[in-house]
Amino acid sequence: MSVQAWIYLMVGLSFSLYIGIAIWSRAGSTAEYYVAGGQVNPVMNGMATAADWMSAASFISMAGIISTMGYGGALFLMGWTGGYVLLAMLLAPYLRKFGKFTVPQFIGDRFYSKSAAVVAVICLLVASITYIIGQMTGVGVAFSRFLNVSNEVGIYVGMAIVFMYAVFGGMKGITYTQVAQYVVLIIAYTVPAIFISLMLTGNPIPQLGLGSKLAGSDLYLLERLDQIVTDLGFGKYTTSVPGSYLNMFMYTLSLMIGTAGLPHVIMRFFTVPKVRDARMSAGWALVFIAILYTTAPAVAAMARYNLLATVYPAALENKPLVAPDQGIRYDERPDWFKRWEQTGLLKFSDKNGDGRIQHYNDKNAALQAKAEQVGWKGNELDVNADIIVMANPEIAMLPGWVIGLVAAGALAAALSTAAGLLLAISSAISHDLVKGVFKPDLDEKGELLAGRIAMVVAILVAGYLGLNPPGFAAGTVALAFGIAASSLFPAIMMGIFSKKMNKEGAIAGMLVGLFVTLFYVFAHKGIFFIKGTEYLGLIGGANSFFGITPEAFGSVGAIVNFIVAFIVDKFTKEPPAHIQELVENVRVPRGSQVIKGAH
Amino acid sequence: MNKSPQAYWSATLRLISIVLVVWFIVSYLAGIILAPALNSIHLGGYPLGFWFAHQGSMYVFVALIFYYAYAMDKIDREFDVHEE
Repeated sequence: MSVQAWIYLMVGLSFSLYIGIAIWSRAGSTAEYYVAGGQVNPVMNGMATAADWMSAASFISMAGIISTMGYGGALFLMGWTGGYVLLAMLLAPYLRKFGKFTVPQFIGDRFYSKSAAVVAVICLLVASITYIIGQMTGVGVAFSRFLNVSNEVGIYVGMAIVFMYAVFGGMKGITYTQVAQYVVLIIAYTVPAIFISLMLTGNPIPQLGLGSKLAGSDLYLLERLDQIVTDLGFGKYTTSVPGSYLNMFMYTLSLMIGTAGLPHVIMRFFTVPKVRDARMSAGWALVFIAILYTTAPAVAAMARYNLLATVYPAALENKPLVAPDQGIRYDERPDWFKRWEQTGLLKFSDKNGDGRIQHYNDKNAALQAKAEQVGWKGNELDVNADIIVMANPEIAMLPGWVIGLVAAGALAAALSTAAGLLLAISSAISHDLVKGVFKPDLDEKGELLAGRIAMVVAILVAGYLGLNPPGFAAGTVALAFGIAASSLFPAIMMGIFSKKMNKEGAIAGMLVGLFVTLFYVFAHKGIFFIKGTEYLGLIGGANSFFGITPEAFGSVGAIVNFIVAFIVDKFTKEPPAHIQELVENVRVPRGSQVIKGAH
Repeated sequence: MNKSPQAYWSATLRLISIVLVVWFIVSYLAGIILAPALNSIHLGGYPLGFWFAHQGSMYVFVALIFYYAYAMDKIDREFDVHEE
């Protein structure tokens, strides 16, 4: 069977499974629609949270970015796992005890103010839509390869499928579908990694393979990879840092805090029966996430090694790479290369007209001087980092069914997260905004309808911006985390840990935190991510705040949020007694109730 | 012993602080700030700082959450505020 036939088969099979589950468990009441009746077992909930959480950014994009970043890519690994420790201890059990459906509901009740709820809805919408833009970028990559079409067409197809998928059923349908999606995506991620680790190092466990010697060699994989990348003028794999250590620190912090502030993840912890289960759920979620996240660095390093060894077969024989007649001939390029060229995400331009592919860092002056002596006129291969994971099994020449499996896994990852986010968006609009603030007498039917309209608008906006994404899938998603970190997390945390925090403080903190972060991000990426509206001059150039990149700025925004909230709190009157009692009550597990019904 | 809500809350905060200290040490300290220094030590083919950043910190995070859940459960029972 051809590779393409395998892809259709695997994707087709996995889709019929999800659709089957969705139909079998269609949501009835509003309560079921949002939180599956509070009846989900912690292990299952952990698995569904993991599927919800691991999006196109984790599955498709992350290992590719680590592959080009090397050591510094760890900011994604630590950032997107360490946040669960915060979530488990600082938010999940208390929000479960509080016993409401959504994050804006918590903020509105705890800060006894509809304005606070509205501000929370705004923060939630900005973060979630940014997140979906990143998903759409990833969906575009997956579909363009899967259907052999351009990236743009891939995004249109993706929008249509995400839409159909998300408007079916609610959380209950999604919970069980997501368990199935987790299983598909984790198999799809680990199977090729095991094969590749076995081929390169003889060790089938990728986490160990990464620290092992290359098969038939005295050199460790990482040692040899360091040699090859430095020979080609790139930064050393095991030590290269993005910008500075300070930036890496702030970036990691931003992702961790953002993890704990993202509404579609927090919502998951409303679906467990008890406070105790909310804590365990976070642990289980992280176990299932860590299986992929500890495999990713192995995938990253091995993909980099395989890619470079494909371009420079001499690398396998320890011969010098920057030398005459190096780089494979373009007309002898492998099949996977041709397939990915069709998507426009892999580009070759023969700058020196020798018919060979040279891939190196031409921005490294010393190396460029050396390269010119052997007739190289610049880097000729442009690889979009987002294709690495999906191309990886093809580069390693694994069988067709593995490649089909990876395509199915990538789609599962992108769809499950997009669906979870759309659910968070639709509940924020219909439940918190329309019903909560403007039209309290809205019936269940009207609420579901408002929610579905909100989903459609969100998909259209995200799809449009996904055509001109502000960065790689993982980079865009990182921006969403920064936004959540700077706005929602501090407000929720203070709502639990600071009994005296009042509505004025919380609202001011959220607004200023969000504004400061967006101001810095939009300066780099354009106002609402629209190309051509950047205003870097106004903030004094790129990364002007201590060299911190916009993706890392969420942690600064969060600190600003806390400071502003405490200052405003000092000068305004303390919350009413019943709110302080509410906080005391939220802090102890006893007396938690299973959420039923819409109120 | 003192079983007041205040005592329960300070026991909770103490546990959270302990976990956060370990959380900070494995990620920010070993994985970032001290990584260049730790890299001179090797764990198989892994330089140690790189290992903490790409592997070790995540294993510790998983362990921390389960430890927290276990310890918190014990505190809940001690102060008799656990769910029936």
